[in-house]
Amino acid sequence: MPRPYLPKVITANALIEGDVVYMTAKGMWSRCMRDAEILNDEADAQIRLIDASAQSDDVVGVYLSDVAQGPNGAEPVHFREEFRRTGPSNYLHGKQEGQAHV
Amino acid sequence: MYKYSDFDAAFIAERNRQFRGQVDRRVAGSLTEDEFKPLRLMNGLYLQLHAYMLRVAVPYGTLNGTQMRQFAHIADTWDKGYGHFTTRQNIQFNWPTLSDVPDILDALADVQMHAIQTSGNTIRNVTADHFAGAAADEIADPRPVAELIRQWSTDHPEFQFMPRKFKVAITGSENDRAVIKAHDIGLRIVEQNDVLGFEVIVGGGLGRTPMIGKTLVEFLPREDLLPYLEAVVSVWNEIGRRDNKYKARIKITVHEHGIDAIRELVAARFAETKQEFAGVDMSYLAQFEDAFSEPVYSNRPVDAYDLAYSNDPVFRSWADTNLTAHRAEGYSIATISLKAHGQTPGDATSEQMRVMASLAERFGHNELRVSHEQNIILPHVHLAELPQIHAELSQIGLATANIGLISDIIACPGMDYCALATARSIPIAQEIATRFDELKLEHDIGHLQIKISGCINACGHHHVGHIGILGLDRAGVESYQITLGGDATETAAIGERAGPGFSATKIVPAIERLVLAYLDLRQSDDETFLETYRRLGLAPFKAALYPEAKAHAA
Ligand code: HEM
Ligand code: SF4
Repeated sequence: MPRPYLPKVITANALIEGDVVYMTAKGMWSRCMRDAEILNDEADAQIRLIDASAQSDDVVGVYLSDVAQGPNGAEPVHFREEFRRTGPSNYLHGKQEGQAHV
Repeated sequence: MYKYSDFDAAFIAERNRQFRGQVDRRVAGSLTEDEFKPLRLMNGLYLQLHAYMLRVAVPYGTLNGTQMRQFAHIADTWDKGYGHFTTRQNIQFNWPTLSDVPDILDALADVQMHAIQTSGNTIRNVTADHFAGAAADEIADPRPVAELIRQWSTDHPEFQFMPRKFKVAITGSENDRAVIKAHDIGLRIVEQNDVLGFEVIVGGGLGRTPMIGKTLVEFLPREDLLPYLEAVVSVWNEIGRRDNKYKARIKITVHEHGIDAIRELVAARFAETKQEFAGVDMSYLAQFEDAFSEPVYSNRPVDAYDLAYSNDPVFRSWADTNLTAHRAEGYSIATISLKAHGQTPGDATSEQMRVMASLAERFGHNELRVSHEQNIILPHVHLAELPQIHAELSQIGLATANIGLISDIIACPGMDYCALATARSIPIAQEIATRFDELKLEHDIGHLQIKISGCINACGHHHVGHIGILGLDRAGVESYQITLGGDATETAAIGERAGPGFSATKIVPAIERLVLAYLDLRQSDDETFLETYRRLGLAPFKAALYPEAKAHAA
């Protein structure tokens, strides 16, 4: 039996900083998962992935990642994606550092 | 220490210039990631979960104060004020931006360091006993030979695209502190009838198929070393499997063909390679031996040490755990723990690096070592200076007295940084150390090595930990598998799996049950965890780990 399709977001790492980024509905990259466009259709997701992968001057390692729809946008379903959107757990570095400054 | 020749310096400068151009072209868009990735990996630059990571080799773990200060400078200027020392005697910077890396490489070249061959299917940074040139039990300093192997293998045309990476470790002592039996090639300097030679061990390795290396020759004359190594690598290069990445390491070749068949093939190839060498390597070796000549020791009273030892219990505790016998009278080897309870194993801040550099310069013949256990060593310090050294370390959080104890944990970066990880390792190490510090049992427990990896690649050496912990992804949840009875020394052994894994919240209590069981089971306070395990086997430890299973059976 084919696995049911889970909603996806497009994610990658920024070319210069390596920071985790997400594709928004406007086709821009955001550092914040909340801004990510949720792709509910499998065929659409594949097409968007091809488009996003073509932007290889800005990002590295583009892929589709499973998400769930949360009250504030996409939420990771796997712990690896939870760490990617948050940063390491031993120091408040990466994205957490940015948040500490606002 | 070895100093770069003009050739070395020019070679590194040229490599850095090339890489700067490659980064520029990548940023400008004229190189694709597929083209650029192998180039960055050749220069030690990985892309991790949250950022790039630059891996810098500390050849055979030896560095001086100036080099350590440069790490501090790099950490402050281009990273987040710290560095991570690894089980491969490297330092990793976790947060460089791509465009800064060429400047970092130039800063490294200024102090005769680089990041070449810290990645890829090459002969990697040769690792060595971290007490080399200082240990009382040593036959000869292994570092000149390590340097010889490094020079022979760096940029060697035949060895740039091998079936897989290749790791060499070397020790000059009977007591193996370099885990030589878990390397592709392990070398031990041995003496026969007053002549120095090598025991050559081949086919060790951890990862998904852990294996303890086997002896290929018991005594190889010194002058035959490079042609012999070339023969080994060349045989493997020829018959090693390239069809399957997981079967490509020499350990699989040795396993599939058998050590005797490999020995014969190597002997045949050696007859050819020996002709090609003509002894130039031995004149290099003589030069390197001069570069590593022993420091000039002084003969001074040790009263200051004796006084502090009898009057200051904190100093005494540190001296008892963190010092090792030195070969020179009145001297000692001091290990600086990078395992303060609750901290990330192997991390040092730039401020700590500067203090260690300064201590080495003022009191330690300007030498520092990185151990595969992720600690830093002052290899030659006079006993009289130790109270002062200890006082300065205390001020900066570096005086933890726990070498060889349960909180002296090896942990790989795991899912906090590593893109290949299946679970985190750092927080587990932090929690175990914190818990046993609370229990105040650490010194009572005695020698016990815990080693943690965040995936099957085994960068944290979990297979050879007395207690090994492997983090896995079990149906989308972090799960930790325990192995017991591993040993990283001359009596090397692969640990045995204890049973089903534990979740992130259950693993620390499980370790606690295990260790408390050991305290009950040991015959005397001197019987170490490993000795008790060897005497009794898995069963009583398993019972402590899985009390429910016992309850069901009853
Ligand atoms: C974070 C980036 C890292 C990556 C991508 C990485 C990747 C790998 C891979 C793929 C292997 C298995 C190779 C094989 O079996 O052929 C391996 C082995 C190893 N790594 Fe790492 N590693 C990383 C970090 C580290 C760190 C930080 C250390 C030291 C703490 C380390 C030490 C080792 C060691 C000792 C082995 C050898 C295990 C063996 O004998 O097979 N690695 N690494
Ligand atoms: S063992 Fe796995 S998780 Fe840990 S550093 Fe190596 S590759 Fe990464």
